[in-house]
Amino acid sequence: MPIIPKKHEMPTQAPEVRAHNFDEVALGYTAEIAVEEAQRCLNCKNRPCVSGCPVNVNIPDFIAQIAKGDFEGAYQTIQQTSSLPAVCGRVCPQETQCESKCTLGVKFEPVGIGRLERFVADYHNANATELPQKPESNGHRVAIVGSGPSGLTCAGDLAKKGYAVTVYEALHTAGGVLVYGIPEFRLPKSIVAKEVDSLKALGVTFETNVIIGKTLTVDELFEMGFEAVFIGSGAGLPNFMNIPGESFKGVYSANEFLTRSNLMKAYRDDSATPIMKGGYVAVVGGGNVAMDAARTALRLGAEQVYIVYRRSMEELPARREEVEHAEEEGIEFHLLCNPTEILGFNNPEDPRDPRNGFVTGIRCVRMELGEPDAGGRRRPVVIEGSEFELHVDTVIMAIGTSPNPLIKSTTEGLEVNRKGGIIVNEDGLTSREGVYAGGDAVTGAATVISAMGAGKVAAASIDRAIMGK
Amino acid sequence: MYRIVRKKSLNPTVTQMEIEAPLVAAKAKPGQFIILRVDEDGERIPLTVAGVNREEGTVKVIFQVVGATTERMNHKEEGEYLQDFAGPLGKPTETEGIRKVCIVGGGVGCAIAMPVAQEFHRLGAEVTSIIGFRNKDLVILEDEFAECSDRLIVMTDDGSYARHGNVTVPLKEMLEAGEKFDMIITIGPLIMMKFVTLTAKPFGVPVTVSMNPIMIDGTGMCGGCRITLVKEDGTRETKFACVDGPDFNGYEIDFDEAMSRGRMYMWFERHAYEETCNLFRKA
Repeated sequence: MPIIPKKHEMPTQAPEVRAHNFDEVALGYTAEIAVEEAQRCLNCKNRPCVSGCPVNVNIPDFIAQIAKGDFEGAYQTIQQTSSLPAVCGRVCPQETQCESKCTLGVKFEPVGIGRLERFVADYHNANATELPQKPESNGHRVAIVGSGPSGLTCAGDLAKKGYAVTVYEALHTAGGVLVYGIPEFRLPKSIVAKEVDSLKALGVTFETNVIIGKTLTVDELFEMGFEAVFIGSGAGLPNFMNIPGESFKGVYSANEFLTRSNLMKAYRDDSATPIMKGGYVAVVGGGNVAMDAARTALRLGAEQVYIVYRRSMEELPARREEVEHAEEEGIEFHLLCNPTEILGFNNPEDPRDPRNGFVTGIRCVRMELGEPDAGGRRRPVVIEGSEFELHVDTVIMAIGTSPNPLIKSTTEGLEVNRKGGIIVNEDGLTSREGVYAGGDAVTGAATVISAMGAGKVAAASIDRAIMGK
Repeated sequence: MYRIVRKKSLNPTVTQMEIEAPLVAAKAKPGQFIILRVDEDGERIPLTVAGVNREEGTVKVIFQVVGATTERMNHKEEGEYLQDFAGPLGKPTETEGIRKVCIVGGGVGCAIAMPVAQEFHRLGAEVTSIIGFRNKDLVILEDEFAECSDRLIVMTDDGSYARHGNVTVPLKEMLEAGEKFDMIITIGPLIMMKFVTLTAKPFGVPVTVSMNPIMIDGTGMCGGCRITLVKEDGTRETKFACVDGPDFNGYEIDFDEAMSRGRMYMWFERHAYEETCNLFRKA
């Protein structure tokens, strides 16, 4: 059979349609396309893709099962190592992970591993009639702090081994960034809820509205009989640029904007959550979060949405696919631009003018790329006299976060680095015995899959430590 | 779900509820707050803890009906449930080394000021309380304040009850008379806290203000509750009321900015409130 050089296209909603709704952009492979795509796999001997996956999914095995039409079998294969296949198939940056190692990819486009994973997970969710069985208890208890990707993964792996796992979540819904951060059109919340339900079927208990560090401390968790604690509390406080005007009404952090829309459902017409809609919107930053915020603003009815990023397209850290989707939808990219001030309305005649204090624009300078910095990325340098203004009504700052101080400040002996991230060794163990950590709480803002990888490592370490006692 | 154990109307628009939430009750200290949702799909609102009963595992909150959510909450009765109730959040009020304190509360802010006054009283400090209201009908918690204060001054803006005038009037008199407070703690509308701070300034008395900005998660994630502190040398610093506060040094707060930010969703809130009222009217 001749090699098909390109991945099968992912069916998507047309850009002009999807720019006005919150339904999922990518529609998923049909069974037919999935089988054809699976047949592209060379089934090569050294399986480089597996090492490209932070949770080491047995990729060639599940792809071979798809090629044979055994979709449920493929799901079982993935499920052995990944607790969240429907999530990963959607939000993992496969192009820099498994697919980047694909042998087929040397000459042609790699196998669409992510798309196949998603197909398998969706097939299972649509057809599976039984929830997973609760494994036999091993009599040990572990507490997980935070129900985002690292916490869910750690919980799933331990539950499968028979641990009694309790997940503590500060917000009212389980899922962490998967529910408050990543928008519906990229990751439907019903999918996250399903993954959480599967974990519940495995015996995992979820306690929402419990803020570890406040409602309960890590020490109290040990007093309650937990033998180990995994901290996956996530990224924390949003960063701002510290430029004038960031307190004007209409300036959001991406966390706030996305939380209002996703977790608090402001995207729905019947929602009780206020959010600035319509008008002109500038999103500052170039990561996936910036893309999510920009595309959310567009769907909420913005006239025009700009991405303002200080480096060039080459350095832009968001996934290519997200950037392409954003461009297709009409998001305008202002690259090599850096904001210097946010402008606000002020009526000197009338201090009670209701328009006072609302954003009217953003002042930027143009940048050029100079010498590479310590991280190897070329440092942007201001071009003198290049100031210009964009008229906008809303500014969304998507320039990263700093770790949340709540757990650190109430857990004695828990060491953190200069930036506030919890320090762990290669086993995910912190400076405190029995306390493990992973995900953004350790690394600062990163990806869902790397958080899942950390949750997985910690689960294995916790198991070794408890079983070795 | 969190059961409403007791409900009591304090005045026509202010209601007190005691909610069953043992984990919060075990921890909450004066000055801290909780976040609640009345029902599924409701907004998250912060309310300061007005008291706890640790034996019973209940937390007291006092709220004024100002918008759609508080209107819905006010329609919940004893025995019914709130969807979510999380806390305690924020830092407790600092009491260390304060032997003589003046508590200045305004309107429903007095509900927050009350447990602070009680705490100082319990710790053996000398407590002066000044509580102010728009008029006679809105006066709340007078007996409770009388019990925990060495001296209580009640003010009404229109003079329909007790003394006529703003809370700053007796405060200024006392300071001018040479009264030495270790700390003035003020809780109420921003404009009142601003003027309490301005009144105290010439006398060099430290002022703590309790900020109550718009919040969503309340746990240090969204950044919506940010406020600006202006340091003595003029540098500006962003702080988050949910994790760094809610108490701050009054002399450093940019009150005008905080007032402006507080009005961000006024258009939306008014509309939602009217819709909710109509809903209950029809029902």
